[in-house]
Amino acid sequence: MLKRRFLLLLATLASLPALAQFRVEVSGVGLTQIPVAIAAFRGEDAAPQKIAAIVQADLERSGQFRAVDASAVSLDEGSRPDVSNWRQKGADALVTGSITRLADGRYDVRMRLWDVVRGQDLGGQSYAVVVGDLRLVAHRVSDFVYEKLTGDKGVFSTRIAYVTKVGPSFNLWVADADGEGAQSALNSAEPIISPSWAPNGSQIAYVSFESRKPVIFVHDVASGKRRLVANFKGSNSAPTWSPDGKTLAVTLSRDGGSQLFLLDATGGEPRRLAQSSAIDTEPVYTADGRSIYFVSDRGGAPQIYRMPATGGNAERVTFTGTYNISPSVSADGKWLAYISRVSGVFKLHVMDLATGATTAITDTTADENPSFSPNSRLVIYATHQAGREALMTSTLDGKIKARLAGQKGDIREPDWGPMQK
Amino acid sequence: MNRLIWAAAIAILLSACGSAVKLDDVPVEDKAGTSVSKTDGKDGAGVGQRAVTGVALDNAQSTAAMMATNRTVYFDYDSFAIRPEFQSVIEAHAKFIKADKSRKVAIEGHTDERGGREYNLALGQKRAEAVRRAMGVLGVAESQIEAVSFGKEKPAVLGSTEAAMEKNRRAEISYR
Repeated sequence: MLKRRFLLLLATLASLPALAQFRVEVSGVGLTQIPVAIAAFRGEDAAPQKIAAIVQADLERSGQFRAVDASAVSLDEGSRPDVSNWRQKGADALVTGSITRLADGRYDVRMRLWDVVRGQDLGGQSYAVVVGDLRLVAHRVSDFVYEKLTGDKGVFSTRIAYVTKVGPSFNLWVADADGEGAQSALNSAEPIISPSWAPNGSQIAYVSFESRKPVIFVHDVASGKRRLVANFKGSNSAPTWSPDGKTLAVTLSRDGGSQLFLLDATGGEPRRLAQSSAIDTEPVYTADGRSIYFVSDRGGAPQIYRMPATGGNAERVTFTGTYNISPSVSADGKWLAYISRVSGVFKLHVMDLATGATTAITDTTADENPSFSPNSRLVIYATHQAGREALMTSTLDGKIKARLAGQKGDIREPDWGPMQK
Repeated sequence: MNRLIWAAAIAILLSACGSAVKLDDVPVEDKAGTSVSKTDGKDGAGVGQRAVTGVALDNAQSTAAMMATNRTVYFDYDSFAIRPEFQSVIEAHAKFIKADKSRKVAIEGHTDERGGREYNLALGQKRAEAVRRAMGVLGVAESQIEAVSFGKEKPAVLGSTEAAMEKNRRAEISYR
């Protein structure tokens, strides 16, 4: 049995009432977690963001770290910690730091990471930023720690897109990877589905029903300007970007049936990617741009297939069950996440593409729309919990899950953005 | 006789919809599509200020319940077959549309809430196209009909009961 515990980011919530869209709840314990102590940053009592708490929540959510109590210590990046004392507390690593308000109103944030097993200084960082970027700085600290201790790139400073429905109102949001700092990109009285980040992280393609039919927009995140790229006769849906950002693969019914087409990201005349007499939809590129995974019911029931990105023969990928949809491929090309109907309920599955072995990694029953983190270590997905639509992240083994729980309304259609430059 | 009643009912429905609903400009016959233009759509911006023009379902619901029933075709679970009892609904509308070549109609396909949003969009499209084909067989020009799908995004009835889901597996004939 997994132990269950809840982490409430009370400090964060208290300091950020207007932006606190989410609460992170971590449940489950992994087997190979690195015990890390994160001391309160000197000066953060008087600062608008509690850096240490944000870093701790980030690291715990990743599933690869376990927090060791570091309360009631007074350390900063210049301190030489008593490593034997931290070893005794069970920590392998220690994060120290400080936050200082500068004369020009910006904040100077400094941090240092210690390997307390070896008594080694693993390096430090400093950032001078405006108050609005303090959360981003905390996520960058998390990325630094994560990369030093695991060897993998962290994804804490990436962004996610998702859709909320509150009463009759739909909103497309862009938020930090921990769900905080959400900003509305679009508000609509009609549904919005299938947001998809461009590889450059500056645009999102999505499907809007505002003109009483599904059409595809490409939306510039910074400016809010958007462009209608597909409004052909019938339905226009399921946009996804090629890794070079030049092409959108989409589903159009302009010639009858739901079929796959390629479209220049700037618009123009669509080119048919495949032709079948069945439903073909939900295309997604592999990171190398060579293949496209998609869903088709050409065999009588929806299954996931793979074909060359230039079109051609499709080979079936899923063989278990009669309803397998919503494929997402990890950036390292090793994993396929998808939704499978098992005994009448919809569950997130992860397939090891090398062996074809699949695992259901949730205990929920209405999972939807998985999307990998850009370092291929986590998957974000929508599900129903306690009668509400909510977003969860999970490690690929399903052992560590965090709920990004909104304060109100239904939260759905997550898409994890690319690594920030 | 029956035919006259239908025609009258549809005429009332049409006038009710036509006057109450301001539709966004969606050209039905535009197969090529003007994919990129500088003027299309309103840009999104800050929070909540840019509510796009919605076409409230309430407008349709405020017309007589009979009218609503008479332009909806219901489907069995996982099925796109038009049940015999709805053939007369389709025939009545087909006759009405054929009578005036300037009439445009959208067939809007819907599904129940089970399963993924995009796959349900494709399933709803199949339902809409089944009704479109049935109208085509009755001689309605393709240029007058557009089959579109809302998937599971616009349920007619909220709730997860079988009764609610039956009401949501449907295609609505919608004049534009």
